[in-house]
Amino acid sequence: MKRTAKKTGRRSPLASVALLGIGLLFTGGAYVVVSQTANATSASASASASTASDLVDEGQKLFSANCATCHGTSLEGTGSGPSLVGVGAAAVSFQVGTGRMPMANQGAQAPAKAVQFTDEQISALAAYVAANGGGPEIPDESLLQGNGDAAHGAELFRTNCAMCHNVSGAGGALTEGKYAPALNTVTPQHIYEAMVTGPQNMPVFSDTNLTSTDKQDIITYLLYVRENASPGGIDLGNLGPVAEGLFLWIFGLGIIVAFTVWLASKSN
Amino acid sequence: MTTTESAPAAAPRTFIGKASNYLEERSGISVAVKEFGRKVFPDHWSFMLGEVALYSFVVLVLSGTFLTLFFQPSMAEVEYHGSYAPLSGMHMSAAYASTLHISFEVRGGLLMRQVHHWAALMFVAAAGLHMLRIFFTGAFRKPRELNWVVGFTLFVLGMAAGFTGYSLPDDLLSGNGLRIIDGVLKAIPIVGTWLSFLMFGGEFPGSVIISRLYMAHIMLIPALIIAMIGLHLLMVVLHKHTQYPGPGRTNNNVVGYPLLPVYAGKAGGFFFIVFGVLVAIGSLVTINPIWAYGPYDPSPVSAGTQPDWYIGPVDGALRLVPPHIESVIFGWTFSWNILIPSLIFGIVLISVAIYPFVEAWVTGDRREHHVLDRPRNAPTRTAIGAALMTAYSVMWAAASGDLMATHFHVDVFLVTHVLQVLLFVGPVVAYFITKRICLGLQKKDREIVLHGIESGEIVRLASGEYVEVHKPIDEYERWRLVDFTSYAPIERTHPNADGKITFGSRMRAALSRWFYEDRISPVKPSELTSGHEQPESLPDN
Repeated sequence: MKRTAKKTGRRSPLASVALLGIGLLFTGGAYVVVSQTANATSASASASASTASDLVDEGQKLFSANCATCHGTSLEGTGSGPSLVGVGAAAVSFQVGTGRMPMANQGAQAPAKAVQFTDEQISALAAYVAANGGGPEIPDESLLQGNGDAAHGAELFRTNCAMCHNVSGAGGALTEGKYAPALNTVTPQHIYEAMVTGPQNMPVFSDTNLTSTDKQDIITYLLYVRENASPGGIDLGNLGPVAEGLFLWIFGLGIIVAFTVWLASKSN
Repeated sequence: MTTTESAPAAAPRTFIGKASNYLEERSGISVAVKEFGRKVFPDHWSFMLGEVALYSFVVLVLSGTFLTLFFQPSMAEVEYHGSYAPLSGMHMSAAYASTLHISFEVRGGLLMRQVHHWAALMFVAAAGLHMLRIFFTGAFRKPRELNWVVGFTLFVLGMAAGFTGYSLPDDLLSGNGLRIIDGVLKAIPIVGTWLSFLMFGGEFPGSVIISRLYMAHIMLIPALIIAMIGLHLLMVVLHKHTQYPGPGRTNNNVVGYPLLPVYAGKAGGFFFIVFGVLVAIGSLVTINPIWAYGPYDPSPVSAGTQPDWYIGPVDGALRLVPPHIESVIFGWTFSWNILIPSLIFGIVLISVAIYPFVEAWVTGDRREHHVLDRPRNAPTRTAIGAALMTAYSVMWAAASGDLMATHFHVDVFLVTHVLQVLLFVGPVVAYFITKRICLGLQKKDREIVLHGIESGEIVRLASGEYVEVHKPIDEYERWRLVDFTSYAPIERTHPNADGKITFGSRMRAALSRWFYEDRISPVKPSELTSGHEQPESLPDN
């Protein structure tokens, strides 16, 4: 069920395969429409419910094909992957939506990489996992707009997040090769989902710890930092004194030494 | 100018002439102008590094004065209602609030803050580079040992000025730095806790430390720095400037240009270049974005918390020491994991300060030196310098171990362990490699003097033999290559008046052997005239 890779420009040898794929999709899509219209005649009120159960079925297929090797055929987990009972739709949306899952190889931590599934497939997987044990749901859009209290969010961020993610969200190192990633390109939805599900080495910030409004404020602060360039000029990656020292030694002193060489050079 | 000098009897007619005459009649300044104006300075880019530090200091004084107009050194709690939205309504100290005010509301305030901070980094960096130049060229030798100590004091004062200034805004980052200093103070056996309470006026962080640091930062330390700079420059004038070996340059002269007008012009222009570069950096590149760090609060600590670069080695040493080394003796806790790194850094600093005296004692060299060594011509010293630099750099690198881990995708523990090994192995390796490189370069110099430069011309002799033509170098170039002294170790330890060979003299002889055993002597005139033969007596390094 791997998505065919996007190709631009010249026709590739895979073009015929893609064409075949599109044809199959059309046929399948048409079948779904036809079968749904057939169902609709019998029970139009339960249409959404049946779509949801279709989604769960679709998710189960995707799960069996892509995830079950490590997480078990019924989400119970194996020696190479944890149980997913009760992790919720939010965990799936975060892990799969940022490309962390499926994992490329076992390591200290799954790195974010190119996303392997379409949004529809991710929704299907999320629906399947949520249907088997519940868990944190995908957050409401209204919490992700960055319209909360940035000052409160900044204070919460410094107290709860900065020790791993750095005070500007530039990321940081953890023990044994693990790390807290930089937050400057993470979507608000994924930030929220990470807080409620605690992926990788991150702790869970449940609603009793940080309320949904608190999370909204934190997202507001992070979006503020992202959207407002440093008032002082080039920010050197927000890495603090190390980047500043390196800049000073290489560029600052480098320029000055170049000037001294020029001033002391002979005019021949 | 010329009016006063050429015709003292005739009344000056130009404005400058009249003004100079007025001054001269009231101060006798011409004596000083004559003395300083004719002071000769040799030309070399590396002689201008100390100037960079001096000019950075001037920029620091100018920008710092501006900052004092708006900064409030108080830890009184205020509520922020300035223009930086993500801090609106926060409770913070007046010091932090006024720094935000300088950054966002005072016209030109942020530029001044950034120029001040960049200039501080530049001041210490330029001073450090200047020290390295002095060390590797042997400019600290008699009669300049005391000036080396003064310069060293300036470097330490620069670090102190930097650290006290870095702490003033009372932001989260600098507060964490102060907490480390507090920890180091408390680690001092027996009196540590009392010292910490004395410094912070009670339990950390207290409410007085900012005003105390402010006093040190704007009055005490700058006053000491100015006094030391005065002494430093006075000694430069007294000793005259050193020069690199070259044609016509001896221990008894200085070859170069006079201060007036050449160096006054160059140095004056150079001041504006340094000022301009600092302002350009300050206007383009963010430094110490305190608004991002937030007000100090003892509970949060940000990932990637580091001090400014010159405190980095201390931080790095603390990161490298293995944890849990601690013992309780008679009820007192000795935190070796803090004491040992502090001691190591202290030992590195002290060995730098006393190096000139140690070298003079080991080598027995009591003569005055005004001609510099090329680093290759003092292989052991150069190797010692390289070893010290390596130790410093490893500690320095350790302060950014976490950033190396995230940016090069390696385990932070691995980085730490590699650096722990490097701290001990690195200097030894650096010592031997540097020494061999120096000796190799000296051999090459000898080779060039004796045989000339390979010309690439191949000549076939009548006998059928092919030889490459070597072009002899000119005498100016030769001077540069042969003008150094190769010292022999103190051969025998002489018994003193009681007929005993003391332990001290034995050790000194051993050290002297270590210092001078491997040496390559400069080409003697006799060797030059004797033709292109390799002399038998050439020591095999």
